[in-house]
Amino acid sequence: MLNPEDLGKLARALDMTREEELACDECFEELDRFVEMELAGLDAAAAMPLVQDHLEKCGDCREEHQALLNALRTEQGWTPVRLIWARLRRFFRADRGPD
Amino acid sequence: MKKRTNEQWLAELRGRERDRATEDLRAVLVRGLKVTFAGRVRGLDETAEDLAQDALIRILNNLDSFRGESRFTTWAQRVAVRVAYTELRRRRWRDVSLQEVIERHEGSGRGLGALTDRASSPERETERKMMVETLQRFIAEELTERQREAMVAVMYEGMPLEEAARRIDTNRNALYKLLHDARKKLKKRIEAEGLSSGEVLEAIGEG
Repeated sequence: MLNPEDLGKLARALDMTREEELACDECFEELDRFVEMELAGLDAAAAMPLVQDHLEKCGDCREEHQALLNALRTEQGWTPVRLIWARLRRFFRADRGPD
Repeated sequence: MKKRTNEQWLAELRGRERDRATEDLRAVLVRGLKVTFAGRVRGLDETAEDLAQDALIRILNNLDSFRGESRFTTWAQRVAVRVAYTELRRRRWRDVSLQEVIERHEGSGRGLGALTDRASSPERETERKMMVETLQRFIAEELTERQREAMVAVMYEGMPLEEAARRIDTNRNALYKLLHDARKKLKKRIEAEGLSSGEVLEAIGEG
């Protein structure tokens, strides 16, 4: 039942598994503070590591986090080019988790 | 639109200026949702208005839960994004049953044989096959059927947690915990057998 692709996903997920992890509701509760730190140019991932950890593991929350960040950046007048650079920086900085 | 502090937003949404504040908030939500879904949904204007309305109702019913730890509009947009994604995922996965996803995965024909393609040497291939068999045994012995099915749907087939949860009569938060428990159990079993997750990655050529 496990194909190579599944096996890779499973092994990476197990390697990233921690005893303590936030679940989606706890992450959601912290998300507004987290994105405001990011918008202020602060290291939100370092300040709120459990939120960062959850975002790396949970596709649903990651999608919503990205959408919120983009909406707020646009509201603040970020241009598309700045948005793309921000996304690229984020992509290269993070160790990508399982989808 | 006039600028408001958090206190002004709350006071106006609860007071005599409610209509104007509500309209301003609606406009903020619609703008944010249009950014999020531009090019991704048909009828963007109408969809954004509908989703903003649903979010607005939820926000106004939950003003007491705003703790003032962020800007009020950030807090509100966070709710809108969640409401919007919940609805869009529901639409996208509407016609797909959990059983279908699991059967598709089982019938995908990419079983153990497919490993041969990526093996660099016979020894490597043997090691990898043994690791697959070991992990499959651990999965069978350690996880409940519910955990196994959720793992297939979410981890391997990419079904959103929220949609998988709906199909097994639970919610997204509880399903995350169920999968977290499953991962912890498997990790502990691997360690109890004298292995580490790093060694598993190594054996399958991902380390």
